[in-house]
Amino acid sequence: MNTIQSDEPLLQVHNVTRYYGDRVGCLDVSFDLWPGEVLAIVGESGSGKTTLLNCLSTRLAPTAGAIEYRMRDGAMRNLYQLTEAERRLLMRTDWGFVHQNAADGLRMNVSAGANVGERLMAVGQRHYGNIRSTADDWLGRVEIESDRIDDDPRSFSGGMRQRLQIARNLVTHPRLVFMDEPTGGLDVSVQARLLDLLRRLVSDLGLSVVIVTHDLAVARLLSHRIMVMRQGYVIEAGLTDQVLDDPREPYSQLLVSSILQV
Amino acid sequence: MNDTAQIYDQGEYNFAYLDEQTKRMIRRAILKGIAIPGYQVPFASREMPMPYGWGTGGVQVTAAVLGKDDCLKMIDQGSDDTTNAVSLRGFFEKTAGVRTTYETSEATVIQTRHRIPEKTLTEDQILVFQVPIPEPLRFLEPRETETRKMHALEDYGLMHVKLYEDIAKNGHIATTYAYPVKVNDRYVMDPSPTPKFDNPKIDEMAALQLYGAGREKRIYAIPPYTKVKSLDFEDYPFEVQKFDKPCALCGAENVYLDEVILDDRGGRMFVCSDSDHCEERRAQGHTGPMAANPAAAQITEKNQRETTR
Amino acid sequence: MYVAVKGGETAIRNAHKLLAKRRRGDTSVPALTLEQIAEQLSHSVARVMGEGSLYDETLAALAIKQARGDLIEAAFLMRAYRTTLPRFGYSQPVDTARMLVERRISATYKDLPGGQVLGPTFDYSYRLLDFTLAAESDGAELPVETAEMRDEAMPRVTDLLGDEGLMEPDPITDVDAPVGDLTREPLAFPADRDLRLQNLARGDEGFLLALAYSTQRGYGRTHPFAGEIRYGEVEVEFFAEELGFAVTLGTIKVTECQMVNQFKGSSKAAPTFTRGYGLVFGQVERKAMSMAMVDRSMRWQELGEEQSAPAQDIEFVLSHSDNIQATGFVEHLKLPHYVDFQAELDLVRRMRAEWFEKRDQNPDEDAAAQEAAE
Repeated sequence: MNTIQSDEPLLQVHNVTRYYGDRVGCLDVSFDLWPGEVLAIVGESGSGKTTLLNCLSTRLAPTAGAIEYRMRDGAMRNLYQLTEAERRLLMRTDWGFVHQNAADGLRMNVSAGANVGERLMAVGQRHYGNIRSTADDWLGRVEIESDRIDDDPRSFSGGMRQRLQIARNLVTHPRLVFMDEPTGGLDVSVQARLLDLLRRLVSDLGLSVVIVTHDLAVARLLSHRIMVMRQGYVIEAGLTDQVLDDPREPYSQLLVSSILQV
Repeated sequence: MNDTAQIYDQGEYNFAYLDEQTKRMIRRAILKGIAIPGYQVPFASREMPMPYGWGTGGVQVTAAVLGKDDCLKMIDQGSDDTTNAVSLRGFFEKTAGVRTTYETSEATVIQTRHRIPEKTLTEDQILVFQVPIPEPLRFLEPRETETRKMHALEDYGLMHVKLYEDIAKNGHIATTYAYPVKVNDRYVMDPSPTPKFDNPKIDEMAALQLYGAGREKRIYAIPPYTKVKSLDFEDYPFEVQKFDKPCALCGAENVYLDEVILDDRGGRMFVCSDSDHCEERRAQGHTGPMAANPAAAQITEKNQRETTR
Repeated sequence: MYVAVKGGETAIRNAHKLLAKRRRGDTSVPALTLEQIAEQLSHSVARVMGEGSLYDETLAALAIKQARGDLIEAAFLMRAYRTTLPRFGYSQPVDTARMLVERRISATYKDLPGGQVLGPTFDYSYRLLDFTLAAESDGAELPVETAEMRDEAMPRVTDLLGDEGLMEPDPITDVDAPVGDLTREPLAFPADRDLRLQNLARGDEGFLLALAYSTQRGYGRTHPFAGEIRYGEVEVEFFAEELGFAVTLGTIKVTECQMVNQFKGSSKAAPTFTRGYGLVFGQVERKAMSMAMVDRSMRWQELGEEQSAPAQDIEFVLSHSDNIQATGFVEHLKLPHYVDFQAELDLVRRMRAEWFEKRDQNPDEDAAAQEAAE
């Protein structure tokens, strides 16, 4: 599915730093993300993981550092040197962003079909029937019944809203999806179903994902690699199994020991 | 009007009320609007002696383009004798002393609210619209800072979301007036609250169209012979309203009709909203099915009395 | 008959004649003089001058008389007149430190240089209808005792705090930097403080009052103290190019309110109080105070605060504060809209017909749909 050779990174992050006044958000973060790779950023609240995610997704300009992304034409571009128009196009075609609170990522007062169809219309699709059948197809892929296509997400359960948000993001076949605690605030059984769905979609579509979570079980299930953050720094990074089975840093050990092994 | 042109002649106000500097400022905005069809140009709208929302934008545009030799037609709801049309026409009679007319073909400048005359306009005419809310995206996104960005980036997906919702919920697009259009393949524009029936007239119109929004301080324009497309879906194409009966008075078909309630027992008739068009047809001998009805006759008579005042 | 709306010129002319008659009321009652209005309804006159953006007591009195006491209509008359006046230029900033003070109070200090001067105020009066006013006779001079004004300077409270470093300095702006003029340029967002203050100064008293009140009730708290409210006369000066110096054009009465608000600090700057500023024509303290509070609320960004409340929302506040604009657009709904309405009427009829048709074809579908949803 991906035309880019996987020996070239999709995203390159160089020394990204973000201050809030005098307070540190994240400090000197560098890493590469490869096509089809799922990277989990873990840490407790205040560790800087959400700040980093917002910097990566161009929602928050870093104080220092650079972030480069391989565009569909293969060229590496500095995200913060893109024009606003290029950035918007990127965000509504080649990227997705899944918010913890689905209401932040959905239009709550328009139907599920329109929520999924919006990106298609934004990139110029003008055939109602096609838009609707694509939306219907995607609702099916995230396990939402066809007959809910004209209902507003307000009438959906938390788990359904999250799945709708995922469909809305994936409809343009993005290559990179950012996720901010996508399973946060959901019941355990609902979480399990959502994780299962996410894992399947990510692998079927060959998506690259940067996922922020405080839940190591989520990281274990979804990610190939993991970065542990503390006080704005990345203190440990590596293959997920390695880090979770054999954490080097005392803080990572503490984190890992504080949850049940899955 | 016995006090016609008095105020102007007395020199209390400049020709057409506005001072020349203000007119130049408005003309600059108009020229910019013509250069970028459909783009909303901010302008320093002045306080006018009529309330915001009552046509101050249209009045300022008209004042800026009006010359002494012009002949002005002023309509509201398609008609020359609705209250506010009378009031605004009187304003220009007083402050500019220009010739005014009810006849579409005679006018060089036509200021309108909510309608476009049925008669095809020509290259020698300017059509000035009064606009309440110039921003077609306003009810989808209330913030000016955001809507300006959406226009700049041609980010109009949201507009189609609205149309999609209409079809999903009603089976068809449920916007009947202020129906959004795309001008010259670039800017999405609100054609002011004219019924969508009039949208096809905007496309490739020979006359210059100027749109003035006083309270919102915006001017926009469509130059003659510009492509204007009503937004739609390929499989749900734009359609105008159709009336199943002709005008009850003049028998005209394919015109926009007003519903007139005749009594409290459900009696009603449909008559031309464009009163000049209707009268001209009746003068030519056309009659509609209710032309002889006493209630209808009363309206006809009333209209004529006003016309030939 | 529907032709009522097509009444035309005669109806309008007659309506305005009737209005003139109603405005005058019973002609056996003497007509109001402009002097009476200016002297005895000075709060109304001040409000009309402020919201009408034109300082002229006689014209404001005329506008109030013509508007039958409708103050928004009167302010509108002032605005429409104002916009036709030629402009010579901009006056110098008025210096309120040199105000000839009639009233000056501070809620933050018990006493201070220049003293507390209560002046004419409703404060501390009992709000009981004074029936003696109903039979007030003309000409009797009312005896007033006032304390001797202290013969000392009356520095502004914010300056006193500023000398101690406790008040944030006024933002340093280049004195030659152009000041916006929202009567000449369309307001664009984000709007700077010069334009915000101009907008508030001519904004609707009731709107600002409600917004200020909302901040006190927790919708964006700013913890204000009435540092100082002063009312009196200030000189208006105009810099005459050809003379090379400023000449006094006259004096105007203004109310100035400086709110002292919650402090702010960071590791780089020591904590200080922050400012909110209000200045209005005449003695309109309620508006001056409200303006100061809303001004402070709108400074959230520059002071590094979170935006959470309506009073902080610059675009919302500035777009809706002008009562001339607001009343015009609300009242324009009285204009005929029957062309649009016809379009809606047609659509609603069609949609209803479709609905009934569908229902009659599938009488059981409703129940089935109900079940499926559950």
